[in-house]
Amino acid sequence: MEHIVIIGNGISGVTLARHIRKLSDKKITIVSGEADYFFSRTALMYIYMGHMKFEHTQPYENWFWKKNRIELRKAFVKQIDTNSKTLLLADGGNLSYDKLVIATGSKPNKFGWPGQDLEGVMGMYHKQDLENLEIYAPNNKACKRAVIVGGGLIGIELAEMLNSRNVPVTFLVRESSFWNGVLPEGESQIINRHIKNHHIDLRLSTNLKEIVSDENGKVKSIIIEETGEEIPCDVVGLTAGVSPNIDFIKSSTIETGRGVKVNRYLETNIPDVYAIGDCAEQHEAIGNRRPIEAVWYTGRMMGETLAQTICGNRIQYKPGHWFNSAKFLDIEYQTYGWVFSEKSKQDYEQHFHWKHHDDTKCITVAYNKDTNDFLGINTFGIRMRHEIFDKWLTEKRDIDYVMNHLVEANFDPEFYSHYEAEILSTFNNQLQTI
Amino acid sequence: MSLAKPDAVDISNKQKVALAIGIIGLFILTLALFNTNFPNKGVFLTCALGLISVGTIIYSRDAYLTKLEGIKNDGVWFKSISSRGVWGWVVGVILTAFYIVLYFYPKYLGLGVDGVVNTGLISLFDPLSQLLSGRQASQWFVYGTLYTIAILAFGYKFILKYRHNRYQQIRTISVMFFQLGFAFLIPEFMYVMNNDLPYYDLKSMWPLNYYIFDEWSVNGFLSNGNIGLALILFGLITIFVISPILTYKFGKRWYCSWVCGCGGLAETAGDSFRQLSSKKMSAWKLERWLIHTVLVFSVVMTTAMVYTYLGYDSNDFWLTRGVFIALVIGFLTLVFAGVLFFKGKELGKDVKYGAIGFFVVIALLVIMHLTGTTKHVFYIKAGALRSIYGIYIGSIFSGVIGTGFYPILGNRSWCRFGCPMAAILGFQQRLFSKFRITTNGGQCISCGNCSNSCEMGIDVRHYAQKGENIVRSSCVGCGICAAVCPRGVLKLENDSMKGRINPTEVLLGNDVDLMDLVNQK
Ligand SMILES: Cc1cc2nc3c(=O)[nH]c(=O)nc-3n(C[C@H](O)[C@H](O)[C@H](O)COP(=O)(O)OP(=O)(O)OC[C@H]3O[C@@H](n4cnc5c(N)ncnc54)[C@H](O)[C@@H]3O)c2cc1C
Ligand code: SF4
Ligand code: SF4
Repeated sequence: MEHIVIIGNGISGVTLARHIRKLSDKKITIVSGEADYFFSRTALMYIYMGHMKFEHTQPYENWFWKKNRIELRKAFVKQIDTNSKTLLLADGGNLSYDKLVIATGSKPNKFGWPGQDLEGVMGMYHKQDLENLEIYAPNNKACKRAVIVGGGLIGIELAEMLNSRNVPVTFLVRESSFWNGVLPEGESQIINRHIKNHHIDLRLSTNLKEIVSDENGKVKSIIIEETGEEIPCDVVGLTAGVSPNIDFIKSSTIETGRGVKVNRYLETNIPDVYAIGDCAEQHEAIGNRRPIEAVWYTGRMMGETLAQTICGNRIQYKPGHWFNSAKFLDIEYQTYGWVFSEKSKQDYEQHFHWKHHDDTKCITVAYNKDTNDFLGINTFGIRMRHEIFDKWLTEKRDIDYVMNHLVEANFDPEFYSHYEAEILSTFNNQLQTI
Repeated sequence: MSLAKPDAVDISNKQKVALAIGIIGLFILTLALFNTNFPNKGVFLTCALGLISVGTIIYSRDAYLTKLEGIKNDGVWFKSISSRGVWGWVVGVILTAFYIVLYFYPKYLGLGVDGVVNTGLISLFDPLSQLLSGRQASQWFVYGTLYTIAILAFGYKFILKYRHNRYQQIRTISVMFFQLGFAFLIPEFMYVMNNDLPYYDLKSMWPLNYYIFDEWSVNGFLSNGNIGLALILFGLITIFVISPILTYKFGKRWYCSWVCGCGGLAETAGDSFRQLSSKKMSAWKLERWLIHTVLVFSVVMTTAMVYTYLGYDSNDFWLTRGVFIALVIGFLTLVFAGVLFFKGKELGKDVKYGAIGFFVVIALLVIMHLTGTTKHVFYIKAGALRSIYGIYIGSIFSGVIGTGFYPILGNRSWCRFGCPMAAILGFQQRLFSKFRITTNGGQCISCGNCSNSCEMGIDVRHYAQKGENIVRSSCVGCGICAAVCPRGVLKLENDSMKGRINPTEVLLGNDVDLMDLVNQK
C-alpha cells in the first residue's frame, strides 16, 4: 500500500489527508510537532480571550483520526532525504514515505531588530506563542504594557486579545494608516479610528528601533526609530507578517525560494514530493494572487486539489475568484474579487466608496473605468453572500448591475437595517458629479 | 478550581455594588424562606423583587454599555460560574434543591393547604397574588413570579449584550412579552373572570401542557360553556393547524426561542451557560434516542389519558374508546406514510429507526386497547400513570434537570434531551420547513465560535466548514451562532425547500471544474 506522509497538521495537511481518505485506501501519516491534533490556528486568539478553550478549537473529535485511518505522529522533522525517501525526526526516529507532502505553514517574521530574542518577545502564530503570552501577559498586573510591532491582521488580533484582559497596548504601525498597503484609504481610516476607540495607543508611521533588555534578559522597553522615544513594556509582540517555515528543507535537494517552489500541480522539483498551504511558493503568481498566499482558504483549496493528483487524477491548482475575510476588533470585513489600495492599484481601477455615518460600516466597490466591469468589493460591518459575488464575477457583471442588485447579496441577520438604497443613491449622485 | 485561571476578568466596583444590591434582594427572600415573618409583606416583597431587578439592571448596564457594541464573550471560560467552576456547582446545587422542594415539598416553602394560611416564602407573595387574582399565593404563583422576573431582568441584560443585533433584541422582547402576558398575567385574570376555568397558558400547547386533555381539565373547560369549549378548540387548532404552518414557514424557532417559557428562561437567565452544552457526537446520539423515546412516551400517555375517561358506548357520546384509538392510529399512520413517501430517500438509514418508533407506538396503543379497563391501563392505575407523566414533564426534567443543571449541562438540556414539543417541532423542521442556517460559501475558518455557543450542542462548525447548510431538528433558531461568527458565515433564513440541504466536499472558491467533479456525483 502506498504510504503518503504529510508534514504539518494544519488546515492544508489535514484537508489533504481527509480527501485522500475519501478517494482511496492509501496509508496516510501526518507528522507534526506543534500539537497532538489539528486545531484551528485562526481561533488561537479566542482561547486567550476566554471565549473558548483549546479543545474547542479542534474541528474534529479525537476519535476521528483512528476511525478514518489517518495516523498521527507528534514529532519535528529535522531533515528530508529524498534519495532514500526518508524523514529524519528530531526524536531520533525516521520515517519512510512513498509520497511526501510538505505543509509546514509559516513562522513569524523577525527583521533582525536588536533584542528580538529576549524573554517576553514573541510572535503570534503557534500554540507555543499563546502559552508564552499566558506566561508574560496573564493580566495587567504582570504586564503593565504590551507593544505590538506590525500592523497586519495578526497584529490587530493580538491587540484585541490583550485588550480583553485590560492590558494597555501600544501598536506600532510602519504605514501611514492601518493596513493601507491592502485597504483603500477610506477603509483604512475607519479602522484607525476604531482601534483608537478601543483605547489602543495606535502609532502610525512608526518603526521599531530596538528592544531593550533588563538585567535578567527580559524585555524592559522598546525604542522608537523616528523619535527615539522609549516605551516601557513587559511584552513585545512581533506581528510584522509571516514567512514559510522551511528552514529544515534548505539542506535537502528540494528547491526553495522564500517558500518551497511548486508548479501548478503543486509538485516540487523532486518527484513524489509536493508542497501546499502557507509554505508553498508558485513559480509564477496565479492571476492577481501572490506567489505565496498565507491564508486559510488557500491551504484548504490546495489540499482539496492535491488529493486528486495523489489519487491518480492529476489536476492543476486553479483557484476561483479571490475572497477573504477578517475581523478588526468589532468590525467584520469581507472581500470578493479584487479591490486594491491606492498604493497598488492599476490605472483602470476606479473605486466607489460609501461610508455609514456611524463610522463602523462602509463598502468599496472596484470597477474598470474603461469597461465598467465590476472587479471586486470590500465590505465592512455588512455581511455579503459569497455565492452571489462569485456568480457576478463569473458572469462579468458591470458596476451598474452590481449596484442595482446589491440587496440580493446582503447576508446580514434578519431584521438588520438595510443600506442598499442609500448606497445606490450615493452611487448615482457621485456618477452625476463626475 | 478558579484559582489557576487568569484573574483579569475582575468585575468593576459598580458591578460589585450591583451584585450587593441583588444579593440583599435575595437575602430578603431567604429570610422569608426561613420563616421570618415580615410585618408589611407587600413592602418587603416589592423591595426584594425590586432590588434583584435593579441589581441586575445596574450590573448589565455597567458590563455592556461601557464598551463598544460587539460580541461580549470575554472570559466566559475563565469565570467560575460559567465554566463549571465552584460557583457553577454551587448555583447548580441551590437551584436543583429549590426545584425539588418546590415540586415535592412545597410545605417547606410555607404553603398552607386546605384553608390554612401561608407562611414563609409563599406568604411573602400573598399581597401580589391578592392584588392580581384575589386569592392567596401558591407555590406555583411564587415560582411563576420569580420566573417572570428572571426573564424580564435577564432579558434586559441580554438585550444590552446584543445591542448591535436586532434579531436578538426582537426575539428577546418577544419572549419577555409572552412570559409576562400569556404565562403570568392572563391566566391570573382569566381566573378572576371565571374561577372555575382550569389554568390555561394560551401559548402552551400539547404535548407541553399534557394536562389539558386530562379528565378534570377537559371537564373543567366543558362545564364552562362557550369559553371553555373555545379554549379546548383553540388548543386543538394550535396543535394541528397553527403550529405546523408556522413551523413550515419559520422553523421551530417561532416557538422555541420566540414564545416558549422554558426557552425564554434558557435564553435570558440561562444565556451565560450556553457554551456548556456538549458538542460530542456521543451526546448527539444520546439526544436522538432520548428525545424520540420521550415523544413515543408522550403520544402514548396522552392517548391513554383521554382513553381512560372515554366510554364504550356510542349512545352516550360518539367518541368512544374504539373510535378514539382508531383515530389516533389512523392519524399516526397517515403521518408515517406521508414522511416515507415524500422524504424516504432523504432520510436514508433513519427510516429504519422511524419505522421502529412507529410500530412501537402502534403496538403500545393496541395493547392498551386490548388490556385497558376503566381504572387500569397497562395494568397500572390510570391515575398513577398520569401523575408519572406529569412528574416527568413538569418537574424532573423541565425543572430539576432543565433549569437546576443550567450551570452544569448548559441552558437547554431540557429542550435538547427531554422536551416532547421540541421533538415534534424538530421532526417537522427537519423535513417540512423553509428554515435553515445558510452557510456562506467558503468563508468559514473553522474557528469553532459557532459550535461553542450553540446551546443545543449542535456542532455548527462541522457543517459550516464543509460549506453545508445547517438543517438540524434540534436547532431552536436562537441565532447566536450567526451572531458570534467572526467571518459572517452563518445566516438564519426561510427560503425555498429546494437546495436546502447541500452537502459539499469541495467548497466555493476553488476550481469550478473540481467542484463539479467532486460535488456532482
Ligand atoms: C493568529 C492567526 C490568525 C489567522 N487568521 C486568519 C484568518 O482569519 N483568515 C485566514 O485566511 N487566515 C488566517 N491566518 C492564516 C492561517 O492560519 C494560515 O494560512 C493557515 O493556518 C496555514 O495552514 P497550513 O496548513 O499551511 O500551515 P500551519 O497551520 O502553519 O500548519 C503547519 C504545521 O506544521 C508544523 N511543522 C512545521 N514544520 C515542521 C517540521 N519540521 N516538523 C513537524 N512539523 C512541522 C507546524 O508546527 C504546524 O503545526 C491566521 C494565522 C494566525 C497565526
Ligand atoms: S445552531 Fe445556531 S441558531 Fe440553532 S440552536 Fe445552535 S446556536 Fe442557535
Ligand atoms: S461558521 Fe464562523 S464561527 Fe463557525 S467555525 Fe466557521 S468561521 Fe468560525
